[in-house]
Amino acid sequence: MLAYALYSVAALLALATIAAALAASVHGNATVYGASLIVTLALCAIALLKLIQPASSSTVVLPIGLPWLGAHFRMDSVAAFFLVVVDLGGAAASLFALGYGRHEQVPQRVLPFYPAFLAAMNLVVLADDAFTFLVSWEFMSLTSWALVIAHHRERDNVRAGYIYLLMASFGTLALLLAFGLLAGVDGHYAFSAIRFSHPAAGSAALVLLLALIGAGSKAGVVPLHAWLPLAHPAAPSHVSALLSGVMTKVAVYGFIRIVFDLLGPPSWWWSMVVLAVGGITAVMGVLYALMQHDLKRLLAYHTVENIGIIFIGLGLALAFKSYDLDWAAALALTAGLFHVFNHSIFKGLLFFGAGAVLNATGERDMEHLGGLINRMPQTAFVFLVGCLAISALPPLNGFVSEWLTFQAILVSPQLPSWGLKFLVPAVGALLALAAALAAACFVKAFGITFLGRPRTPVAEQARETDRFSLAVMFAFAAICLIAGVLPGVFIDALAPVTKSLVGVSMPHQTGVQWLSIVPIAESRSSYNGLLVFLFVVLSGSIAAFVIHRLASDRLRRGPAWNCGYPDLSPVTQYTASSFAQPIRRVFGTLVFRAREIGEMPPPGAAQPARLTVELHDVIWDALYAPLEKGIAYAAEKLNVLQFFSIRRYLSLVFSALVLLLLVLAIWL
Amino acid sequence: MRGLNFDVAHLLAGSLVLVSFVQLYQDRLYALLNIYALHALVLALSVAWQAFAQDAPHLYVTAIIALVFKAIVIPVVLHRIIVRLGIHREIEKVVGVGPAMLLGIGLVALSMVVMLRVTADADPLAREDLAFALSVVLLGLLMMVTRRNAVSQVVGFMSLENGLVLAATGAKGMPLVVEISVAFSVLIAFIVIGIFLFRIRERFDSVDLQALDRFRGERR
Repeated sequence: MLAYALYSVAALLALATIAAALAASVHGNATVYGASLIVTLALCAIALLKLIQPASSSTVVLPIGLPWLGAHFRMDSVAAFFLVVVDLGGAAASLFALGYGRHEQVPQRVLPFYPAFLAAMNLVVLADDAFTFLVSWEFMSLTSWALVIAHHRERDNVRAGYIYLLMASFGTLALLLAFGLLAGVDGHYAFSAIRFSHPAAGSAALVLLLALIGAGSKAGVVPLHAWLPLAHPAAPSHVSALLSGVMTKVAVYGFIRIVFDLLGPPSWWWSMVVLAVGGITAVMGVLYALMQHDLKRLLAYHTVENIGIIFIGLGLALAFKSYDLDWAAALALTAGLFHVFNHSIFKGLLFFGAGAVLNATGERDMEHLGGLINRMPQTAFVFLVGCLAISALPPLNGFVSEWLTFQAILVSPQLPSWGLKFLVPAVGALLALAAALAAACFVKAFGITFLGRPRTPVAEQARETDRFSLAVMFAFAAICLIAGVLPGVFIDALAPVTKSLVGVSMPHQTGVQWLSIVPIAESRSSYNGLLVFLFVVLSGSIAAFVIHRLASDRLRRGPAWNCGYPDLSPVTQYTASSFAQPIRRVFGTLVFRAREIGEMPPPGAAQPARLTVELHDVIWDALYAPLEKGIAYAAEKLNVLQFFSIRRYLSLVFSALVLLLLVLAIWL
Repeated sequence: MRGLNFDVAHLLAGSLVLVSFVQLYQDRLYALLNIYALHALVLALSVAWQAFAQDAPHLYVTAIIALVFKAIVIPVVLHRIIVRLGIHREIEKVVGVGPAMLLGIGLVALSMVVMLRVTADADPLAREDLAFALSVVLLGLLMMVTRRNAVSQVVGFMSLENGLVLAATGAKGMPLVVEISVAFSVLIAFIVIGIFLFRIRERFDSVDLQALDRFRGERR
């Protein structure tokens, strides 16, 4: 099975080289995306088979890479699950791009890197030794970077790519050090060897922190998220969907692989770090998102938020595992992994929707959109489904995974550690806050973009997107619904994954009556998505029926948004910033140092009144800006070294040599 | 035989260090070149003795290379160069004799301390040899650092390379291929430096490297 997966990855790599030749031709787009679609579907099927029949994990050693080490590959159930996530997202993005990619201005900058990026993500998940893992990881970073700067002539894209490259190298460095510590002095780079050699407590803690920094910077945990909202929107939309929906999940995979699989038994305080990071990430991500007017950047910040939710699940699993509450660890880990899957689906869906809007109008700024529900009804419908799912509303899938996370939080009083007893409810409060703010944020995103009246002529003349894009968006919306209504099937599919990571799995769900899910015991909690779905559908239909029957069913035209503004100009509508203003007033002064400056001209003056909002990115100002300044200062000072005479360079070399010899003479 | 082996090798390597010291305070270029030729000659003798002592005939080739190229060809060519450049009467000094010699003594002491301690359980012959070789290398570097004239920097570089050869032959000989390639690389470096000397001279009417610095607007 693994062999077929590797053949498929090789096919993707070959496709990347072919794409370089085909890119300029007329059929390049259809060929590359069509072939990518077929190969990723095959990979997805292979991984699904593996997940359903978790026989022994197969391994392959290829004689490439470092001599005497080779390249080890392995497909166990964890890898299989993440392969499903990667390749389902990849297949969807390919299908979307069959339509979307036709509008690409510079296909030769996108087509060759796209299959290579897919192949790299698959290789990271399949790798079974540190060297192969890191090389694939770096390959993934580089190919995605090339895709991020595909439109390098647009403003800010090159800067986004530069920051991304810096952060990616930094993250890989952290992972490199982590694997160096894991491999120990003997240099066991194969995962199979690392798994049985547990490092000492001090270095294990260091590995955890390095893994959190390395994988976290790729996944976008605060405060290492700085590159993410810049880079994800810069890429073409189907690539944005891959970056946000899939690549962050590969980073989560890296964290899970190192911390749960390779590092050995956890100590209790590890989970506190992960939980705190997760909670802060979730709230900060959504607060940033609320302040955004750029649709794709808003979605990218929501990726940060959802990564926070996933890390909360992983942190809880670590906490329970360190106290041998294996059943609770299985619950928390299932919640986290289910959210990994869910987020990859609805974030993909939302980015596809944003891509469709971008294609139809050429606008990413919500303040220039509006009223698109009339022009693009189908896109609006699926985008609404995605918004409901990401806002964690029942009966969709986002609710189930967040509900499971809350169930795990409610188990936390059983933890013996007082620190965790206090921290976990606080994180639960943060999670609840993030969920509520996310809902507010998506009311804004959907309402400003699709409802109301068009704010610009381009929004007025938008046209419904193509059939490929609609097909994939409807498919993802359907998955959102199915995973929300029948979560038991998905939870049972995750059983082998949690079993291999924490030793046990959640109770079997498909046998429970009425398709409910019961994470712990019937007496404690249960959730029936089907019931909620039927209730929503029935009450909605009855309400609609009653209104249409009892009220007049004639079409009426009434004044829109007529809240004391009889003026018909679309400028009088709610805007994205006015919608976010209450929340900005509550959190903004603390988190963003927001200032609102109102300029009211004196009576009789001709200039308009203005309200300017100043926002500061506190994390950037506190962490990145001083770092940037420090490096620039040091570079400025060290610049002198470039212009020495030969003799002075020789003296430097000479004194360095003598100094080292002195050190050797004194200390040896 | 063992005692004699050691004594002669010790004597030759020690003389090499001594000749390095002599190089250090030469302020006339002719004298410097002559001392360099002596340096290479002592090296050739030392290598030949190693060849005899270790019963390794290929080291004789190394010795002959050292003798022919380093003791004869290179000094003769450098002689001609300085005559053609018209700098054979120049006197140069950056650091005075006293400080230079004191620095050199410090370096030799340092290399002794380091080498004798690091190679505590090695063959005594190789130990002494390595310590002397490191001294020669450091003295060569010191010479490159303290000289201003390009020709004397070349000489410093060459004597540094002699130290490397000494180290390599002391440690149970090195493959001939390595020796030949090192010799060739030195030769090529020599040619390149020679060409550059003429180019510098053409442009600045001097091979004093301070002229280069002045040209680049360096402050001293």
